Amino acid sequence: MKNRITQLFKRKDKEILSIYFTAGYPNLDNTTTILTHLEQAGVDLVEIGIPYSDPLADGPTIQKSGQIALDNGMTLQILFEQLKNIRETVQIPIVLMGYLNPILQYGVNNFLQQCAVLGVDGIIVPDLPMEYYKQHFEEACHTLNISNIMLISNETSQERIRQIDQCTTGFIYMVSSNSITGANKDLNTQTDYYSRIQQNKLNNPTLIGFNIHNNDTYKLSCQYSSGAIIGSAFVKHITANGIAQNSINNFTNQIKNNN
Amino acid sequence: MKHFNPDEKGYYGQYGGAFIPEMLQANIIELQEHYLTIIKDESFIVEYQQLLKDYVGRPTPLFYSNNLSKQYNAKIYLKREDLNHTGAHKINNTIGQILLAKRLNKKRIIAETGAGQHGVATATTCALLGLECTVFMGAVDIERQKPNVERMKMLGAEVVPALSGSQTLKDATNEAIREWINNPKDTHYVIGSVVGPHPYPDMVAKFQSIISEEIAKQLMEKENTDKPDYVIACVGGGSNAMGAFYHFIDNGHTKLIAVEAAGKGVDTEETAASITLGQKGIIHGSMTYLMQTADGQIIEPYSISAGLDYPGIGPAHAYLSDIGKVTVEAVTDEEAIQAAFHLTKTDGIIPALESAHALAILEKVKFNPSDIVVVNVSGRGDKDMLTYSKYFTHEK
Ligand SMILES: Cc1ncc(COP(=O)(O)O)c(C=O)c1O
Repeated sequence: MKNRITQLFKRKDKEILSIYFTAGYPNLDNTTTILTHLEQAGVDLVEIGIPYSDPLADGPTIQKSGQIALDNGMTLQILFEQLKNIRETVQIPIVLMGYLNPILQYGVNNFLQQCAVLGVDGIIVPDLPMEYYKQHFEEACHTLNISNIMLISNETSQERIRQIDQCTTGFIYMVSSNSITGANKDLNTQTDYYSRIQQNKLNNPTLIGFNIHNNDTYKLSCQYSSGAIIGSAFVKHITANGIAQNSINNFTNQIKNNN
Repeated sequence: MKHFNPDEKGYYGQYGGAFIPEMLQANIIELQEHYLTIIKDESFIVEYQQLLKDYVGRPTPLFYSNNLSKQYNAKIYLKREDLNHTGAHKINNTIGQILLAKRLNKKRIIAETGAGQHGVATATTCALLGLECTVFMGAVDIERQKPNVERMKMLGAEVVPALSGSQTLKDATNEAIREWINNPKDTHYVIGSVVGPHPYPDMVAKFQSIISEEIAKQLMEKENTDKPDYVIACVGGGSNAMGAFYHFIDNGHTKLIAVEAAGKGVDTEETAASITLGQKGIIHGSMTYLMQTADGQIIEPYSISAGLDYPGIGPAHAYLSDIGKVTVEAVTDEEAIQAAFHLTKTDGIIPALESAHALAILEKVKFNPSDIVVVNVSGRGDKDMLTYSKYFTHEK
């Protein structure tokens, strides 16, 4: 079984658009609808957020969506049930993004097994340390062909970037500037960092995420990496405009300036 | 062994470590690389000890309580951390960390607070040492702890309400961590207990270890031994307990008792007994015991005492409890209140509600007459007068 993330980057190394949404938000059973509509809208890759009570790296928008999802009753178990037949309809790569504690309680091996069975291609666990990954995740990830996607920021040292590149498969998640999600930092002040990473010739391609919210920031990301990841701006959009196909098309069109 | 250290990755057995997002790594790595060098530096030690002596008022007395000793038929000593400037042990840590922050050229201090004791100690130290100070406090706690909010403001700190989650201590901690992520260069985060990612549990333990260092010296003078039979302390995150236990952990003699808040009882939903009831997992960047659902969501705890109202526990305590070096007990709201009124009546000391949990253990343990028992009175009860006065009018 080929990994869809690796295949995607083989086929396309520019202007990749990846969208994040929180599982169970706005309603418990929206997961497959949002996935289908994102694929229809031409999104290349999706990240499904596993809601958590204490998301340290997230700003108010994603925090609130997670809290509502939890109030709606979302759990990892329910999310896996919702994804049961997803590969009959959706073909774009799917990444699960979540904090380590709920995964530990579910059981690391059970979690990775479920991901493989359902056709989840990668995981992003922002608070998973490299050594812990190597001890408890790496072997299963390799056997099950699941990408482990790690983050770097403008504060990450060159030495750490090399180590992270070794522990990562699929792509590196390049945080646009050292912040939580949805902060309004000016990306134009970070272009030295983007060029430095571009010139690093890492093993993995990079996508820039955090604070990407319009066509300008999307284009800037595409200039310096293989594309962009959008989270808070999409969550805000569906909060205001709903999850219908039209609404989601409008969002991706705005970002790509297809109007 | 005189010192109790984690391994170089910050683990005590399987507990501890640094489970943090990449955006926090730069800050944490800087601390990990420098904290030991700085706190072992001679000029740092001199400045720290001078301030503890002349500003905080250390050493704090080790008071032999005649009345309690008679009643419980053992030699009962009270370690008077309540007599520190600002009224609790918290300032031992804030002075240490803020001196360290200055040596790292930080310009601004952030902190979390629950009841406000750590916030007041941080604001106080910042006023003294001339740093900008922002304290995150749950919106619910701001309502409950008005006098400490006013103190922090008078001391020049900005108090920012934490509006996320349950709006209490764990959320104030989340907000402080997020603020630190957004300010990776000029800011130091002063954590108030032996919790959080490595090196905080070890760093805070070392700053609080002055408590057991003094107890050992004072007992040598009074009892001609540096090995008490018992040391008893309350645990929220576990900093006053870690400080009171530190030099006795490996002496092969002293029985160490850590007292958690049972709230309305460990068999109820309203409790904060993180070791007794918790499961292994991650909270605020550390592997430890915490109160959580089967799905790994962190549960909001309950205790009458805001300082013990924390769903986790320092990783060193999780480890010491697992290997049997520390015994963990849980005390209810009601038992703590009784103990507070009792000490006030017998000895004229109004303890903090947190410390009252430790005092309540005297009722539960059968001592020998020759036993030397030290109870750490971590703070004074001024901040709890509203709670106490409710029971007071009740009694009349
Ligand atoms: C007087 C007092 N004792 C104890 C605590 C609990 O903290 P720790 O367990 O870190 O000593 C607090 C916390 O606010 C406190 O104010």
